[in-house]
Amino acid sequence: MSDPAARIPAKHPPARRLPATRSAAAPSPRISPTTETRAVQYALIAVVVAILSLFLLVPLATVFTQALRSGLGDYLATFRNPEALAAIRLTLLVAAIAVPCNLIFGIAAAWAIAKYRFPGRTLLVSLIDLPFSISPVVAGLVYILLLGSNSLIGGFLLENFGIRIIFAVPGIVLATILVTFPFIARELIPLMEDQGTGDEEAALSLGANGWQTFLFVTLPNVKWALLYGVLLCNARAMGEFGAVAVLSGKLRGQTVTMPLQVELFYNEYASVAAFSLASLLAGLALVTLIVKSWLEWRYADQIAATGRGH
Amino acid sequence: MELSIRNIRKEFDRFPALHGVSLDIRSGELIALLGPSGSGKTTLLRLIAGLEFPTSGAIFFGEDDASQKTVQERNVGFVFQHYALFRHMTVAENIGFGLKVRPRRLRPSAAQIRRRASELLELVRLPGLENRYPSQLSGGQRQRVALARALAIEPKVLLLDEPFGALDAQVRRDLRRWLREIHETTGHTTVFVTHDQEEALELADRVVVMSQGAIEQVGSADDVYDRPLTPFVYGFIGESSRLPVRVDTGGVWIDDRSLGLAAGDVPDGPAHLFFRPHDVELVEGCGGCIAGVVVSSRRVEATRRVELAVGGDRRIVEIELPADHPAALRSRIAFRPRSWKLFADARAGREACAETV
Repeated sequence: MSDPAARIPAKHPPARRLPATRSAAAPSPRISPTTETRAVQYALIAVVVAILSLFLLVPLATVFTQALRSGLGDYLATFRNPEALAAIRLTLLVAAIAVPCNLIFGIAAAWAIAKYRFPGRTLLVSLIDLPFSISPVVAGLVYILLLGSNSLIGGFLLENFGIRIIFAVPGIVLATILVTFPFIARELIPLMEDQGTGDEEAALSLGANGWQTFLFVTLPNVKWALLYGVLLCNARAMGEFGAVAVLSGKLRGQTVTMPLQVELFYNEYASVAAFSLASLLAGLALVTLIVKSWLEWRYADQIAATGRGH
Repeated sequence: MELSIRNIRKEFDRFPALHGVSLDIRSGELIALLGPSGSGKTTLLRLIAGLEFPTSGAIFFGEDDASQKTVQERNVGFVFQHYALFRHMTVAENIGFGLKVRPRRLRPSAAQIRRRASELLELVRLPGLENRYPSQLSGGQRQRVALARALAIEPKVLLLDEPFGALDAQVRRDLRRWLREIHETTGHTTVFVTHDQEEALELADRVVVMSQGAIEQVGSADDVYDRPLTPFVYGFIGESSRLPVRVDTGGVWIDDRSLGLAAGDVPDGPAHLFFRPHDVELVEGCGGCIAGVVVSSRRVEATRRVELAVGGDRRIVEIELPADHPAALRSRIAFRPRSWKLFADARAGREACAETV
């Protein structure tokens, strides 16, 4: 069980690079030693299109056709279901907390890694990538061990403050933050390393204080990468299933996010409701992609200008 | 603004980059810090700016000890090697940046800032480019904008790091003349770093020659070229030939042959003789001269460069001859340097030297 549509953007590499322009087709079958023959070119394109259709487009279309199978009325009825509405609200709340947290963390981490040299720097870079490589389920289980009501910290918080973390909203937020940790930092680090500290030094030498330098110089230099990072982070935060599934406890109407609610509906054979809610997640992924592509198209010049050197 | 650098040491991770450098710069002077890469010249410039802080020693701006002041407090105009123009700002916004970030009570109005940017663009001879972005400018134009931006804050001193390093030869020559004119118009105390001796000698009032984190010599172009104080300066500025010799009883020797030069104060022992390859005279017969066998001969522009093997252990030395001299391989040539300088080997104890009288 997964949410393939919501993961589309995450699987793509950061889209800062603009597509390389190939020279126009020449009459001869080979136009340069590094160019394959026409037949090979078409074959490769056909393979890619076939795979993409089979694994991405067909499932995506299925989500929408299944959702609308018994008419628009049933489709819309899903969004009057209190459990579905609670799931949507919770998902929005979790994303609204997790994305700003990772925005701050991502900028801080990228700044530290790109602008300073300190012992353990490479280790930190690897650690940031850990959420990419570790299974979200494992991460969820570790949180249960660390923060569950039988653990030292979790028990202390529950007894003294009545705060429950695991099987409650705080646990879901923590899991989401963990899983979406790398998205923004990963976008910023290579760009900031590439840009170095020259612009910041120039701003300081002109009399700007640290905050002005950050606001007027550093931030504008990375704004596109930052925006991509936020978009991807948001898409993933709303779509996360594994870690949240472990930590949520699935209290209906309380700790069930949209992806979890989709699974609950599906397991109860309410497949129209399941696919209706899934279509919302899929739609979110599509909107993310469209916004990203539009930004790239609209601001291609500026992206190129801030991306590499002068 | 006078600058006084007093016994500055700078270490990076315990690796010394500058050992006890002292330098006084007069108000309105145009100074070049010249040296090979790794000589510490850029480090010294960054220390003056406050982009680095010294391990020990002090830097005075006039009467003020600026050593612990931040770069913002020092009010210096710094032009970076790669210009560091803000790429998301227009030329006018770049130039006005230093005024825009001032505290509210010192900040000119937006219209005044814009006017100032236009004035400075006139000064650097780029009128009308206010609304361009840095990516739309050529290298030379970016350099000028970077200078205008540094001048906008009315700095006490102007510091330039390899100002012409990234430009091609023709543009460099034009900008060099232009920088000299700007300096004369504005009268700022200016320090620039370069590894190009031609640039330093042509442009600067005084040249500071640096090597391995220390100052070798400070002087005018004439001083450092005609009266180099150390073997390094003799070797680094202009072309030079260097010949290992031996000092004995007040004379200079190679093997058992006297070169006919007076050793002056140089103590007995190994020494090095320096002279300019073009500043030699050929002699017939040889009583007190340097004689060698031609091992290679190359035509370079209007002259012929000849390498001679001198003495029993065939020390190679280069001289310049008129282009019409045959200089056949393995023929014997004898010459005498018109002006020269003799340095005792540093290993042999105190540094002493003798020169043409």
